Amino acid sequence: MVNYRNVMIYVEVIEGRLGIITKELLGVGRKLASDLGEELCAVLIGSNVSHFTKEIIAFGANKVYVVDDPLLEDYHTESYILSMTKVVEQGKPRILLLGQTPVGLDLSPRLAFRLNTDIVLDCVELAIDPEKKLLLRTKPVYGGKAMATFVSESFPQMATLRPKSMPPSEKDDSRQGEVKTIHTGLDPLAIRTRLLERVEEKAEGIKLEDAEIIIAGGRGIGGAEGFKQLEELANLLEGATVGATRAACDAGWVPTTIQIGLTGKIVAPKVYIAAALSGASQHMTGCSGSQNIVAINKDPRANIFKEAKLGVVGDWKIVLPTFIKKIHELSKD
Amino acid sequence: MNIIVCVKEIKDPEMPPDQFKIDPIRNRAEISESVPPVVNPFDEQAVEAALRIKDVLGGKITILSLGYNLHREVVKKPLTMGADDIILLEDDAFVNGDSWSTAKALATAIKKIGEYDLILCGRQAADWDMGQVGLGIAEILGLPSVSTARKIEVINGKARVERVVANGYEIIEVVLPALITISNEIGQPRYAILQKIIETSRKQPTIWKPNDIGLDPSEIGNKGGRLKLVKLFQPIRESQCEIIEGESLEEAAINLSLRLREEKIL
Repeated sequence: MVNYRNVMIYVEVIEGRLGIITKELLGVGRKLASDLGEELCAVLIGSNVSHFTKEIIAFGANKVYVVDDPLLEDYHTESYILSMTKVVEQGKPRILLLGQTPVGLDLSPRLAFRLNTDIVLDCVELAIDPEKKLLLRTKPVYGGKAMATFVSESFPQMATLRPKSMPPSEKDDSRQGEVKTIHTGLDPLAIRTRLLERVEEKAEGIKLEDAEIIIAGGRGIGGAEGFKQLEELANLLEGATVGATRAACDAGWVPTTIQIGLTGKIVAPKVYIAAALSGASQHMTGCSGSQNIVAINKDPRANIFKEAKLGVVGDWKIVLPTFIKKIHELSKD
Repeated sequence: MNIIVCVKEIKDPEMPPDQFKIDPIRNRAEISESVPPVVNPFDEQAVEAALRIKDVLGGKITILSLGYNLHREVVKKPLTMGADDIILLEDDAFVNGDSWSTAKALATAIKKIGEYDLILCGRQAADWDMGQVGLGIAEILGLPSVSTARKIEVINGKARVERVVANGYEIIEVVLPALITISNEIGQPRYAILQKIIETSRKQPTIWKPNDIGLDPSEIGNKGGRLKLVKLFQPIRESQCEIIEGESLEEAAINLSLRLREEKIL
């Protein structure tokens, strides 16, 4: 009978820095570890990444397992699963958490199957059932129309965490922790994928996840031209950027990197201006964390009016230009 | 090219929100009868991905679908688009499983099919959004995999895959046979072809029961699953939208901007 103990989180280094998702995982990880009376550890996999251990400890990990190997410079499913499996064999965590990111959603399912355990992806709530010390995992289902809570008795108890659903942990440089290096002995010939190229398709300006204000357009914008007006508004407002629904992205009007929703970006800005979008659940699940949702839609029965705080019922082609003009005037004062 | 595409029948995810309710006692979704069953949109896109490869290289596409009381016009839709064959894992014992027991059944059926170069699956089913069965099948079969693909080209026994990532995409080369999951960025699936609609109407799917593929009911579906649903619920919406009016739409637009300023929202 294997003794599984402690909470383990998977670290992601994104664009040369500790990803915010990592800090969010450390935050919720610490809470779960406290509820269990156990420890929080982290696993860091990559090449030339060892220098991040100090920061990971500062953000709350008691222990960091490091797998540092040139063969791990780029993410590949097979090499990363092999590395994770070695770490899990050593650490035997009761709970193993990853982020619901492009790496997380690729790595976690196969890792769970490899470890003969189960997993729930895209969780927005994690809690310990005090009776059996099992992890209660809650995620949106039916495109965000409902929430489901799952439990199981397989170990490690695995989940991926949706970005922005938990607050990030706070840094405390006085924290102390342990670092343990793991060697994987990877055979490069055993990895059956090759990364040929990485292509960036970033839109201009602020990242969606960092924007204070998002102007989002939907199917009703009708084309790429219409989105230029949304950009005009974004340029007038500090900390603003443009987002879109899946429909607008799939139609090719805007790059898919600005898609907000269930299979796109999750955002939680101070202001979310929803122009000519119906407010389907798959989209709303990506922006419902916004503090203020403002809707402009010509259909009074559109679902967006059930989600917004303020709105105007009318054609965006008439409402938006006047709105932009007035905002421009007001910002001159 | 021998391609297998896994396809799930679900209730139309584009249903109007008021057609969807939860039965909190039975922990079940209650969806109005008027909402039609459809092919999971991500799986339909996987069929499209397979057809694009077949357009170039020729070959055969086999559709594999697991369920119970499946609607023939739904599961046969990929055939009307140009897929060749259909096998159904149709039995009460197969359903209401978790990702593990579902992937196990599909992987076992694929082993029985035997010959394949590529397996394609949608990245997730738009009902439960669990996002694991495809990759789970790859793990059980010991195949390499690439997820969230938006484009696939097969060249010299390898697939060149554009995989969607946060800021764009990666081009990954994977040896075949492999499993690839498809994301919505691949674009619109093609319409049915009249000639195919006629051929398909006469086609009878092959139906496999658990013991046809050497599985005991205890290994599959609800009995074979480990993940248990504790609670299904709808969070209560409290917000009341305030509609800003005006004598004209232009005036309403001005009032909106003033209001947002007043409240220091903008």
